[in-house]
Amino acid sequence: MLNTDLNLAAPDDVYEALIELHRDLAPEQSRLVNAKLILLLANHIGDAAVLRQAMAKAREGISPAGQDATLRATA
Amino acid sequence: MDGSMAERVDYQALVLPYARSPDQDAQRPVRHPVIIVGAGPVGLAAAIDLAQQGIRVVLLDDDDRLSTGSRAICFAKRTLEIFDRLGCGERMVGQGITWNLGKVFFREEPVYSFNLLPEAGHRRPAFINLQQYYVEGFLLDRAQALPLIDIRWKNQVTALEPQADGVLLQVATPEGEYRLEADWLVAADGSRSPIRRAMGLESKGQTFRDRFLIADVRMDAPFPAERWFWFDPPFHPNRSVLLHQQPDGIWRIDFQLGWDADPVAERQPERVIPRVQALLGPEARFELEWVSVYTFSCLRMERFRHGRVLFAGDSAHGVSPFGARGANGGVQDAENLAWKLALVVQGQAPESLLDSYDAERVRAADENILNSTRSTDFITPKNEASRAFRDATLELARDCGFARRLVNSGRLSLPCTYRDSALNTPDTDAFDGPMQPGAPAADAPVRAGGEEGWFLSQIAHGGFTLLCFGEEPPDNFPGIRGVPLRPLLVVPAGAAQRQAAGLPVIEDAAGLLARRYDAGPGATYLLRPDQHVAARWRRFEPVLVTAALARATGQG
Ligand SMILES: Cc1cc2nc3c(=O)[nH]c(=O)nc-3n(C[C@H](O)[C@H](O)[C@H](O)COP(=O)(O)OP(=O)(O)OC[C@H]3O[C@@H](n4cnc5c(N)ncnc54)[C@H](O)[C@@H]3O)c2cc1C
Repeated sequence: MLNTDLNLAAPDDVYEALIELHRDLAPEQSRLVNAKLILLLANHIGDAAVLRQAMAKAREGISPAGQDATLRATA
Repeated sequence: MDGSMAERVDYQALVLPYARSPDQDAQRPVRHPVIIVGAGPVGLAAAIDLAQQGIRVVLLDDDDRLSTGSRAICFAKRTLEIFDRLGCGERMVGQGITWNLGKVFFREEPVYSFNLLPEAGHRRPAFINLQQYYVEGFLLDRAQALPLIDIRWKNQVTALEPQADGVLLQVATPEGEYRLEADWLVAADGSRSPIRRAMGLESKGQTFRDRFLIADVRMDAPFPAERWFWFDPPFHPNRSVLLHQQPDGIWRIDFQLGWDADPVAERQPERVIPRVQALLGPEARFELEWVSVYTFSCLRMERFRHGRVLFAGDSAHGVSPFGARGANGGVQDAENLAWKLALVVQGQAPESLLDSYDAERVRAADENILNSTRSTDFITPKNEASRAFRDATLELARDCGFARRLVNSGRLSLPCTYRDSALNTPDTDAFDGPMQPGAPAADAPVRAGGEEGWFLSQIAHGGFTLLCFGEEPPDNFPGIRGVPLRPLLVVPAGAAQRQAAGLPVIEDAAGLLARRYDAGPGATYLLRPDQHVAARWRRFEPVLVTAALARATGQG
C-alpha cells in the first residue's frame, strides 16, 4: 500500500533538497535529473504495486493536452 | 548430407520457373485439401510440415524469386529447432553465423551485455545470422524433395470466395487465369496480404515515427560475431546504430535517422558511404550490397482464423525488427498450425481444434508485439518524458546494476508458452521449473541406440510423444484411435541395455533431461507434435493420458 501520510522526519529539509537539486538547471536537465531520481527510487522501493499506486496518484486529475509521436496503422 | 553443389547456388539470383499445371486445363476448378498462398519462410515451412505429416499441399506464389534485399537475418534457437524437425536445420546452422552475445554501448562505453544462451546442453545456439534468401532457399530445396508439395511460381491469387466448406480461388498466371478450390486455405501472403484485403479484413496497430537506414555492407571487419548496439555513438550522434555479422563477409548496419529524414535521399550512396565510413574509420574499405530505408509498425489482425482461411506470418501480424520476432514468430505460427490442420484434414480431430491455433498464436503475437513495442519505445522515445527516462537509464547504467537491466535495445525472440491454452491439461501434481503445460520442450543431450544425440530430434516425428521417466516401462499403453502417440522411455545414463526390446528408449546422457523436466522415476509428459508440453504427471496413469490426449486434440 502506498503511504500518503507523512513519512519524513524533516519534511521541509527534504522538500528544500528537491528544489536545490534543480538549482540553475535548464528544463531538459531538470527532466533528466527527475527521471534518474524516479528510476533510482522505483528500484529502491521495488514493489510494483506500490509504484503503480504512486503513478496513478501522480496522474490523478490530469487530462492529456499533448500527443505522443505515434501513428495509427491499418493494413 | 546436402552436397557441395547445393552450397554454390546463388539463391539471390535464382529464378524459379513457371510451369503449367494440369489444373489449368481442367473443365471445373480442381479441389485440393490444402492450398497455401505465399512461398515466404512461413508458407514454405507450413508446406513442408504438412507434407511430412502426409498432407498433399499446393503452394502458390506470385513471384519467381526468393527474398531480395535486406530482410530477416536473425533466426532464433526455437526456429532452428523447427527447421531441424523440417529436415533443414543443419544446413541453416552450417551456413549461418552463430552468436549468443549482445553488447550495448552508450556513447563510447559498453553499458550492458547479455548472453542469450548462458547454459550448455542445447543442440542449437541462441541465434544464427543468415540472409533470408538462404533460409528460403534451404526451405525450398527441402520442399522440392517432398513429392506431396506442388509449388506453382507466377501464380497470383487475384480473388477469392469463402464458402462454408472451403474456398474458391481465382489465380492469374503468365498463361492466363484459372480457378482452384481448397478445403483449407493458408494465407501466408505477407504484410500486405492481398487475401486479407480481398476478405475485407484489417491488421491494426501503430507506426513508429522514425526511419532506419538498413545497409548490407561487404567488408573485412574486425568485429566479433556478436550483436552490437550503440546509443548516441560519436560516429552517429544522438541516434542509434546496430551492427550484425552475416555470412559471405557481409555486415548489416542499421542507422537510426529520425522521422524528418528524407527516405529517398538517404538511400543514395553519397549519403550512405560517409555514415558507414564514420563507423569503420577512414581506412576501411567496403562495398554496399543493398540499402533501404524503413519505417516500422506493430500490428495484428483481430483473429487469425476466418472459417476455412487461416492467416499466418506477416499477413496476420507485424512487428518492428528489434527483437527479430517477425519471421521467427511466423515460422512458429506455421508449426502450430500444421499438426492441427493435418489432424483435421485426416478426420482425426474436429475443426474446432483450429480455434486453438487462433488462440495460441494471437497470444504469441501479442507477446511479440509487446516486446518489440517496448524496445521501439526505448530506441525511438515518443515524447519528452520517455526520452528523459531513456537517457537517464543509459547514464545510470554505467554504475548502477539495476539500470543496465532496463536498457532495451531489443528483447530477442523467444517462443511463447501457451499458458492458458484450452489444449493444456492443468497440473494436478507439483513440479518446478519452466516445463509447464504450454511450454516449448527444452532440449538436452541424450543417447539413443548407443549414439550421442539430442532430445528434440527424438520427438520430431510429427505426432504426440508420451515421455516416461524411469527404468520400468509402463505396460498397458494408452492412445486414442487415429491420433498417433509414440512412447519414449527415458532411463539414466548407461541403463538402456537393461531394457527389453519394445519401447523406444533414450538415455539421459548428462542427467539434464531429468533436471530440466523436474522428473523423478515415474514422471510422465505428454508432448504435442509441435514439441510443446500438453500435460505432465508424477506417475503414469493411462486414463489421465487418454483424457489429456483427447483434450490436446480438441476432443476433450
Ligand atoms: C529490415 C528487416 C529486417 C528483418 N529482420 C528480421 C530478423 O532478423 N528476424 C526475423 O525473424 N524477422 C525479421 N524481419 C521480418 C521478416 O522478414 C518477415 O517477418 C518474414 O519475411 C515474414 O514471412 P512471411 O512468409 O509471412 O511473408 P513474406 O516473406 O512477405 O512472404 C509472402 C509471400 O507471399 C507472396 N504473395 C503475396 N501476395 C500473393 C498473391 N496474391 N498470390 C500469391 N503469392 C503472393 C509473396 O510473393 C511472398 O513470396 C525483418 C524484416 C525487415 C523488413
